[in-house]
Amino acid sequence: MSILEISNLSLSFGGVKALQDVSFRVPENTVTTIIGPNGAGKTSLFNCISGFYKPQQGTIRYQGQPLPGSIKPPKRAALGLARTFQNIALFRGMTVLDNIKLGAHVHMKSGLLSALAYFGPARREEMAVRKDVEERIIDFLEIDHIRRQPVASLSYGLQKRVELARALAMQPKVLMLDEPVAGMNREEKEDMARFILDIREEWGVTVLMVEHDMGMVMDISDHIAVLNFGQVITEGLPADVQNNPEVIKAYLGNSDIESLRKKLNAEGEAA
Amino acid sequence: MRIGDAKQSYEADEAIWTSQTQKLWLGFFLLILLVFPFVVDSYLLYLGCLVGIAVISTTGLNILTGFTGLISLGQAGFMGVGAYTVAWLSINTALPFPVTLVLAGLMAAAVGILVGLPSLRVKGLYLAIATLAASVFLHFIFAEWESVTGGMGGLSLEPAHLFGLTFQSDFMMYFIIVPLAVLMVLAARNVFRTRIGRAFIAIRDRDISAEILGINLLRYKLMSFALSSFYAGIAGGLFAYFYRVVTPESFPLSMSIFYLAAVIVGGMGNLLGGILGAAFMTLVPEALKLLTAALTPFYPNAPVFMSPMLEIIFGALIVGFLIFEPHGLAEIWHRIRRFFRLWPFRN
Repeated sequence: MSILEISNLSLSFGGVKALQDVSFRVPENTVTTIIGPNGAGKTSLFNCISGFYKPQQGTIRYQGQPLPGSIKPPKRAALGLARTFQNIALFRGMTVLDNIKLGAHVHMKSGLLSALAYFGPARREEMAVRKDVEERIIDFLEIDHIRRQPVASLSYGLQKRVELARALAMQPKVLMLDEPVAGMNREEKEDMARFILDIREEWGVTVLMVEHDMGMVMDISDHIAVLNFGQVITEGLPADVQNNPEVIKAYLGNSDIESLRKKLNAEGEAA
Repeated sequence: MRIGDAKQSYEADEAIWTSQTQKLWLGFFLLILLVFPFVVDSYLLYLGCLVGIAVISTTGLNILTGFTGLISLGQAGFMGVGAYTVAWLSINTALPFPVTLVLAGLMAAAVGILVGLPSLRVKGLYLAIATLAASVFLHFIFAEWESVTGGMGGLSLEPAHLFGLTFQSDFMMYFIIVPLAVLMVLAARNVFRTRIGRAFIAIRDRDISAEILGINLLRYKLMSFALSSFYAGIAGGLFAYFYRVVTPESFPLSMSIFYLAAVIVGGMGNLLGGILGAAFMTLVPEALKLLTAALTPFYPNAPVFMSPMLEIIFGALIVGFLIFEPHGLAEIWHRIRRFFRLWPFRN
């Protein structure tokens, strides 16, 4: 059963074809990764799924239902599509706690009047969200020591973790992570990989990520799609993708399969 | 040094005032506000009322500009809408003044929503120009719609009545204006403890990620405009009851700039800053006048020399604050608090 199904998606900006006839599927409750060289269209694909770009052709089906362009980003968020960004998109002036609470925004209902009085429903709702955020997310991601700090004062790795926390507060069904471990050190990468696996196993959330770190991709992905020049070259299990000559060509630009296979394997072992 | 404030519940941790010391100071401050009108002369009382009105309007503009990041030059126009609503209702209907005040706020909020409509497309200086246009347009309506607004001559109204009390003197008005200012600042503080306030700040900081979190930009921008102009409308209504005459010239463009300056000098996106900024902008020109009067015995021609200088000195003070305290007066307060957090130990 696929939770997301992309069929024949095409997107172009003027003469630039960002995506051409892209089709692939994201099986439910898996870690699915999109890989490909820079400029292959990975982030454009994310933007199509979250509703920022309107593809000229093709369909996106989410839980069996089509997602037409008329469903705007806020609505998609409410449907359970959460994402993080390649360059962290947190609210820098706010505390970690407020950033994470913002993730729960779509699931909250209190209106302006009860907010002004901070009485009754608004107060109860705020307290419920605080409890949920504390006990389910902050505790899980081990960021309780920084909850009162403004995001701008945190290290890059911690900011990435806070962004993940905010996405989790949205109670997503599909969590889209754009380069979750880029620029992290070894230890931070291992933490993040552990969190991603736990999110899939314990929370039952499907993870769709874009990532360049091949070691991590091969280690934790259940399903991989390879994108190059806006087209899907192949999709399948990590082991199959790793040995696909087309993939190797896309990454190395030649057909020296053996040397790359060694390189990939070495990286896989190192990680 | 601050100790012994570990929290046992989320409720306690989310409170506005979390320590006993804070509550003590707050009680002390409220007591001063209560005693103030009984001990000061009529001039200070008059200033107290003005500061109260300015605090309400500045808090409103702070919600829009400081917290939501939408620059508005329409604040005086919205206050005018509130003032004219109060004046018209008190002349033509028998509604009690709390009702006319609320209607003034709602009327201003409705106009605010209309003016805010372009904010989905335009930001920054462009929005400032759009709101400026709205302000000019409102001024035109105040001056020309004679059957309702009385034209250039404006409207005069009776003092507010309630339960047999007549709120004619500054002393009586103080007891409407200041409690209302306290309540409205508190309400604004409450908004920023909830999802709505967080959505405002999210829009200011990064509107694209706000959208991805499910925040409907148009809805929340308009809500911010409505809330901000509601505050302006109430402030304008109080202004009408306070002066009991409303003319188009009561709400010039310079008044909008006055409130924008109050928000910036006090500290954008900080409610305490709005209060301090409103007090600063209202009181410093008066303080400069007092200074002139105090100098006159020693330098007989001080008034001749000083009066043209007052505006320049005031402007220089504002520029000075922006250079040396870019985060506003509120930042000074925060520094003092940080100092006492560890005092008498050093960091």
